[in-house]
Amino acid sequence: MDLLDRQLIFVTGKGGVGKTSVAAALGLLAARSGRHTLVCEMDGKGALGPALDTVALEFEPRALGDGLSGMAMNTEDALREYLRLFVRLPLVARIGPLARTFDFVADAAPGVKEILGVGKLAYEVRERHYDIVIVDAEASGHIVAQVAAPRVISELVQVGMVRDQTRWMLDILEDPTRTGIVVVTTPEEMPIAETIDLLGRLDAQTGVAPVAVVANRVLPALFDRKESDVVARLDQVEDLLAGAAGPGVREVVVAAQLTEARRAVGAGHLERLRGALPDALPVLYVPELFTRATGRRVVALVAEALGQELDVQ
Amino acid sequence: MTLDALLASKEMVLVCGSGGVGKTTLAASMALSAAVHQGGKVLVLTVDPAKRLADALGVGALGNQATRVSAEAFERVGVTPRGELWAAMLDTKAGWDDLIRRHAPNAEVRDSVLSNPLYQNITSRFVHSHDYLAMEQLHEVHASGGYDLVVVDTPPSRNALDVLDAPSRMVEFFGSRLLKWLTVPYRSRLFNVASKPFTQIADRVLGSHFLQDIAQFFILFQAMEKGFVARAREVEALLGDPRTTFVVVSTLEAAPAHEAVFLARELVHRDYQLGAIVANRVMPRALTSRAASTSAKRLAEAAGTTTLATDVAEALDADAGDVANVLTEVATRFHDVALVATREAERRAELASLAPQVLDVEALQSDVHDLSGLLAIVDNLRR
Repeated sequence: MDLLDRQLIFVTGKGGVGKTSVAAALGLLAARSGRHTLVCEMDGKGALGPALDTVALEFEPRALGDGLSGMAMNTEDALREYLRLFVRLPLVARIGPLARTFDFVADAAPGVKEILGVGKLAYEVRERHYDIVIVDAEASGHIVAQVAAPRVISELVQVGMVRDQTRWMLDILEDPTRTGIVVVTTPEEMPIAETIDLLGRLDAQTGVAPVAVVANRVLPALFDRKESDVVARLDQVEDLLAGAAGPGVREVVVAAQLTEARRAVGAGHLERLRGALPDALPVLYVPELFTRATGRRVVALVAEALGQELDVQ
Repeated sequence: MTLDALLASKEMVLVCGSGGVGKTTLAASMALSAAVHQGGKVLVLTVDPAKRLADALGVGALGNQATRVSAEAFERVGVTPRGELWAAMLDTKAGWDDLIRRHAPNAEVRDSVLSNPLYQNITSRFVHSHDYLAMEQLHEVHASGGYDLVVVDTPPSRNALDVLDAPSRMVEFFGSRLLKWLTVPYRSRLFNVASKPFTQIADRVLGSHFLQDIAQFFILFQAMEKGFVARAREVEALLGDPRTTFVVVSTLEAAPAHEAVFLARELVHRDYQLGAIVANRVMPRALTSRAASTSAKRLAEAAGTTTLATDVAEALDADAGDVANVLTEVATRFHDVALVATREAERRAELASLAPQVLDVEALQSDVHDLSGLLAIVDNLRR
């Protein structure tokens, strides 16, 4: 099945690999294909709004044009909404100071904060407010606690309303045709090690399925082996080259060798990644974008690359 | 001010920055630099090193235990250090167990906490325990007086400021309404007018049993309040100590550089000492020169003529067709790389206005996972 046919996609990865851009790009792709789409930022960094050329997102979803809406998760707002919807508290205003106390409980008690966030997302899916919800999720260090929260809660909490609600959350989260995790990485040692480690932990501790790995900022292979060998030795003929192109040619050679060396190291890491993944898990490649652009223009370029990989326009 | 001067005048260096910028490698390099060039006993406290780097430093298997990088390891890279380099890895679980053992008023509390089913779950997550533990261990090794210099790699946080806030959050937690509320007997909670509505809601939503489990744990935890709070205050004081300095690491990509600017400003705002900003994996600055772009244009033209390709092919004993391809690609793609270098130079200028010094570490052709790689970075830092 196609990635975007699912209803809930968590985009995670090591910090700094570009997961916000990828989440935003998947959001653009989904919206462009006619799906009513919500993108949601979980980690409170405030990066998703600027990535889509809009001001910081808030808990209340806002239309961003072309069928795309955006929101930012906030535990306190999620709690208020939860109490309003499920506890049917008549005077929500009255719980003002209590919400702050609850925030402390949520900070300390395992899984409570996470389940408010993940519960809100699952609720949007259950109520079919959107065709697809794409989550700029927590980084790989925290994502497991996030998606495993309903399981943890259902084990720790024996009775109570939350326990009953974990059932429908788990029905959504642990159905691979409805929910999937996309892990973003770059062709570098640590992000790839963390990706492999994360996939193992997702498998061991959660029932949520990884559905794709995105290799971001991949340098294109421009040369075959023989040509690559020539690049590596160009510094030996610097005088010849300088004779034809001037003294600045030294920097041109440095740039080429640096880029080619980085590409080769990255290709080695990507090979290791591919070897460690199950065959059924696709790797989608997004090239390094040499651009001065920021915001939505970059996201559009990432979306274009992902669109080709996913075979959607 | 140079890196040498900075390291020589401080006892603690906190290396911070956003994820993926090379904090661990830079922390190890700075510790190595001090051990090699200045002498004394230097410790690098790492959080989550790449496996090969951990192996090179001899950490990984031993948890919190510090190990010395052997003389043989230095010999193999042809270096005779003036001092000693020690390395340790932060182990959150072991660190928490140590804390509980230290602060528990008696064996009963200690054992009850360590065997509480919620303990592991809570310690691995609550009040940014990773961040707090890193600070706590810094204090521990500094107080031990065993090292002349300690370099700490800070954990990958959602927000780099979490590390700085961790000690005050710990203090705040012990004084919080939550703890007071949780640790009063359940019955009085139910009859207390102020907390009654909340108790009823919490009971209905979470179940009273779960709340009791949590309360039980925190009642035990509260018995350790005095020790924890006093310690957290000491740890906090250490951050502003004149013997402590911060080094912010960043690449010159948009997002990390943006966060580095924010972090550097915040450090200054809090009156902490910002010793340096390290710009990691930067493109050589000469790539932005006009001479370079002129040469790239001329090379693109010359690559089309057969003579240059033939001459180069002959000199390198390669195929002339391959060489022509290579020269054309190299010349036309130069613009892309120069664009990145230009962008980096702009971001570097912004960072330079915030710190007493910016140290550049040029992009290396391979990953750093051994002493010789770290030494290459040291050379960059001391340039």
